[in-house]
Amino acid sequence: MIYREAGQFKTSYAGDQRVFPILQDRWCVAAAILFAYAIPLLANEYWLQAVLIPFLIFALAAIGLNLLTGYCGQVSLGTGGFMAVGGYMTYKITTNIPDINIIVVFLIAGLCAALVGLVFGLPSLRIKGFYLAVATLAAQFFIGWILNKVGWFYNYNASGTITAPPREMFGIVVTGPHASAEVRYLVALSLVIVFALVAKNLVRGKVGRAWMAIRDKDIAAEIIGIRPLQTKLLAFTISSFYCGVAGAMTVFLWLGSAETEAFDIFLSFNILFMVIIGGLGSILGSFLGAAFITLVPVFLTNAPLMIGLSMPIDMQKHIEVMLFGSLIIFFLIVEPNGLARLWQITKEKLRLWPFPY
Amino acid sequence: MRIRTLVLAAMTGAVGLAAAAQVPAQAQNDQFFPMLVYRTGPYAPSGIPVANGFRDYYTMINERDGGINGVKITFEECETEYNTKLGVECYEKLKNKGSTGATLINPFSTGITYQLIPKASVDQVPILSMGYGRTAAADGRYFPWVFNFPTTYWSQASAFVSYVGQQEGGMDKLKGKKIAHVFHNSAYGKEANPTLEALAAKYGFEFTGLAVDHPGQEQKATWLQVRRLKPDWIFMSGWGVMNQVAIKEAAAINYPMDHFVGNWWSGSEADVIPAGDGSKGYKSAAFHGAGTGWQVHKDILKYVYGGDEAKAKANNMGEVLYNRTVVNAMFGVEAVRTAQAKFGNKAMTGEQVRWGLENFDLTEARLKELGMEGFTRPVKVSCEDHETGGPIVIQQWDGKTWNVASDWISPIREVVRPMVVAAAEAYAKENNITAQSCN
Repeated sequence: MIYREAGQFKTSYAGDQRVFPILQDRWCVAAAILFAYAIPLLANEYWLQAVLIPFLIFALAAIGLNLLTGYCGQVSLGTGGFMAVGGYMTYKITTNIPDINIIVVFLIAGLCAALVGLVFGLPSLRIKGFYLAVATLAAQFFIGWILNKVGWFYNYNASGTITAPPREMFGIVVTGPHASAEVRYLVALSLVIVFALVAKNLVRGKVGRAWMAIRDKDIAAEIIGIRPLQTKLLAFTISSFYCGVAGAMTVFLWLGSAETEAFDIFLSFNILFMVIIGGLGSILGSFLGAAFITLVPVFLTNAPLMIGLSMPIDMQKHIEVMLFGSLIIFFLIVEPNGLARLWQITKEKLRLWPFPY
Repeated sequence: MRIRTLVLAAMTGAVGLAAAAQVPAQAQNDQFFPMLVYRTGPYAPSGIPVANGFRDYYTMINERDGGINGVKITFEECETEYNTKLGVECYEKLKNKGSTGATLINPFSTGITYQLIPKASVDQVPILSMGYGRTAAADGRYFPWVFNFPTTYWSQASAFVSYVGQQEGGMDKLKGKKIAHVFHNSAYGKEANPTLEALAAKYGFEFTGLAVDHPGQEQKATWLQVRRLKPDWIFMSGWGVMNQVAIKEAAAINYPMDHFVGNWWSGSEADVIPAGDGSKGYKSAAFHGAGTGWQVHKDILKYVYGGDEAKAKANNMGEVLYNRTVVNAMFGVEAVRTAQAKFGNKAMTGEQVRWGLENFDLTEARLKELGMEGFTRPVKVSCEDHETGGPIVIQQWDGKTWNVASDWISPIREVVRPMVVAAAEAYAKENNITAQSCN
């Protein structure tokens, strides 16, 4: 009833192949984007800085990993490493050539990460599944190690920490300590929207279909003329590009300074969990997964206080970890295909509402 | 299906509710101290005594004196797990609480300190990173909001080299000696390396850095290197679970424990007890006394625990890290008092506390009044020098307690200070910071 696409006739191929073929979807997305831009008017600094900016960054990284794992079927545990490349290269480039617009630097750093991803994607032709996961795990550790080891990456300072210097865009400070949370949020939001739309566009076309063919049965895909090496490498490259930009945003728009520990194996795991909980092979799922992993712990930390329950902070933390774990299990039992699938089921139900069967 | 939908809806609603609700800030006249603690995770063995020390000192001041010159202290803990990302979240959550916002912040994590240094000056929250964090911040001209007195990693490393010189019978005897540095592979652990390298060049000893990756539960490879290298002295910058593992490994390869010196974050009870007898003779640096023999401990026992000694012990009273945070909490409280002497006896803002820290002058007489005579050393901060290059002592573990095993050893300032200034200038250049005038 609410969600009926009946009557929306497509009279051209272009119309039939749109990114969002259904009118309601288009309205929803437009409304969500408008709302996201209006958020700085409602939220305070804590919410922007500690919750929403990390959410956007994780969503972008999750989209990146989803392209690789969800669409192309290549499991990767190197996400943290590729993000680190993005963060460190942005630092390196912008401290050496301060005049380049910071967004351009983000993109260049993303390209560096893409190159690294390409190299680490090479084994994917020969090794599959869990074995590939282990190979990409090597990327995670190797990249972390080399960024820590080689002083060139952090301009030879004593501690190996990189700090985001102040950079301006159109006269407004967007990075560094003086950039307001609102500005950083809006920059992050704009980047994420652009990249999410690009990803959505990518997966419906030739490239995305080739990825999915490889994911579903690589031998069959090869027989119908899809070249596995190129297709897989393209997935690794684009995925790493997304992760690299997310890493750059982590350092420059969120944390302000970072060491390689900020991009450790737990980050890779977290992003993989976001993809799995959100839904493999779904752009919306990347957002839902990122929201689940970033928002639920914040909620659980603040919940006891809100209902006026005071308990020792360590107990609270332990309870939070337990609840969070059980929530993950709960959602995976309810819907193993992730939150995006739940949304799809809801849509089906809305289509039949109020006469379900 | 119905129930499932219901539960889902309830959860979505609950998450939404979290967005709407915020804990209201107290409006009365109070001095709010935010506390970033880590009572859980791999660093909890170090984090628990730290958190208890702060809590007890603040409580004692409230109970005994009714606050700082009549202004009640309030504080709130926020769990960080020693994780920098959570640390930033906690900082954002706590920085505006209390009637005047956060008084000052003690991150108790070098990683978190690094994150907060750029933000703090914008938010006007002074950072008191007592003996940790960014050493370059000792140059107050470029870091007006950051204080790391009484001494820093670099000063400490140089004092360690002095100590080795003393033990070997003169600084000239250092030539040809092998000194290894076992460090936590993070911003924190790496801090001491440039100083040790500079001193190696100056005194002609051979320096080797051995990195241990976070969290440091697996160090077999490191200690294999130690066996191969056979260093004369080992210096360690460890934290949390890494310390006990390192001490166990050193004992396992029969390394002479009295030549194994931890920095001040690698010498607490939790670090040595797991290694049992093996850790006997292990040394570490400190800038305060060990045990419970001071008036301040009696006051805490009386006003916080009502004389219940067992309970105080269970809350880590008298342990090395506990004592250290008592010193740290005292620095914070005294800085507020210094500020109050200028601005009046009311709740101080971050700006005013910053003034208090910059004009901080803790004399021997004042220490005596505080019941801490001989517990720690007098400190006098200046606008240029936020570190003061205070001396350290070496303490030694005898299997049961930590005992002071040396005189106060001064850092080699003529080497350290120019390095601090150079590092501060490099940081300022990279981040377009202009120096504050110190006249």
